Amino acid sequence: MRTFYGTELPNPLMLGTAQYPSPAILEQAFRESSAAVATVSLRREGAGGAGQTFWQMITDLDVHILPNTAGCHTVKEAVTTAHMAREVFGTDWIKLELIGHTDSLQPDVFQLVEAARILTDDGFQVFPYTTDDLIVGERLLEAGCEVLMPWGAPIGSGRGLNNEYALRAMRSEFPDTPLVVDAGIGLPSHAAHAMELGYDAVLLNTAVARAGEPATMARAMKLAIEAGQLAHQADPIEARDMAEASTPVIGKAFLT
Amino acid sequence: MKIVLNGDSREVQATTLADLLKECGYSGRVATAVNENFVSAPLRTSTTLNDGDRVEVLAPMQGG
Repeated sequence: MRTFYGTELPNPLMLGTAQYPSPAILEQAFRESSAAVATVSLRREGAGGAGQTFWQMITDLDVHILPNTAGCHTVKEAVTTAHMAREVFGTDWIKLELIGHTDSLQPDVFQLVEAARILTDDGFQVFPYTTDDLIVGERLLEAGCEVLMPWGAPIGSGRGLNNEYALRAMRSEFPDTPLVVDAGIGLPSHAAHAMELGYDAVLLNTAVARAGEPATMARAMKLAIEAGQLAHQADPIEARDMAEASTPVIGKAFLT
Repeated sequence: MKIVLNGDSREVQATTLADLLKECGYSGRVATAVNENFVSAPLRTSTTLNDGDRVEVLAPMQGG
């Protein structure tokens, strides 16, 4: 099991807390998923104090908290949000999101690297939501990141792993860095796929929260991730273009 | 004094950030910013407010 900034996670699933039909279903989903990490956010507090109720529920889940900077479009905005999150959630972990494109929510990797450097210098442990670009990955590591979180596909799209080649290349290029596929997972098979490639964890939200039965999907994700992880450990065979008989030919009866 | 709190303009009596939170009924886990700059909890008492300041009060919320 890979460690993330010195923390060994008992389960390689990081699960988002947004978009569930109700708080009770969110709790059920977390129980069924065995997720070790919950991603959370910060928003304006209203008069009713909804944030405090949510905080109590998340605390009761007894998981690691990973606050995000979702919706930030500038370095300053992301850095300020990160500082506010650190105070509220009491953790140096920050899922750094710097959005560069409105429709695809593609990360602005130039600002991402800059913000990662600032936050690392400020003592944060940065989980950067990035693309599958190798050079950006290198720059993020140089900036002080010890984890990389390339996207599988755009956030909430449920398309799975859009570019398996690039994700394989990342795994190969950064063998000692914890890698997390973040975003784009729609089905358990997508999550299994990421783990089969040797990724260390999967971060997802919409696929569970927006499923017809979130708790059931959460369990399916857990099982798929475990299956993918085992498959990777088992050293899978290489794909071939031509058939190769699995049943021995020697000893076959002559019946023609 | 008139300030902008979480995007809404309002008249307040408080002259410091700490007093503003009390006046507006905030308690528990919140983080604050004034004019887009983070103000940590220990600095709220000494942070004075001026007419037209933009104050953000954020709390834990669902996120992906």
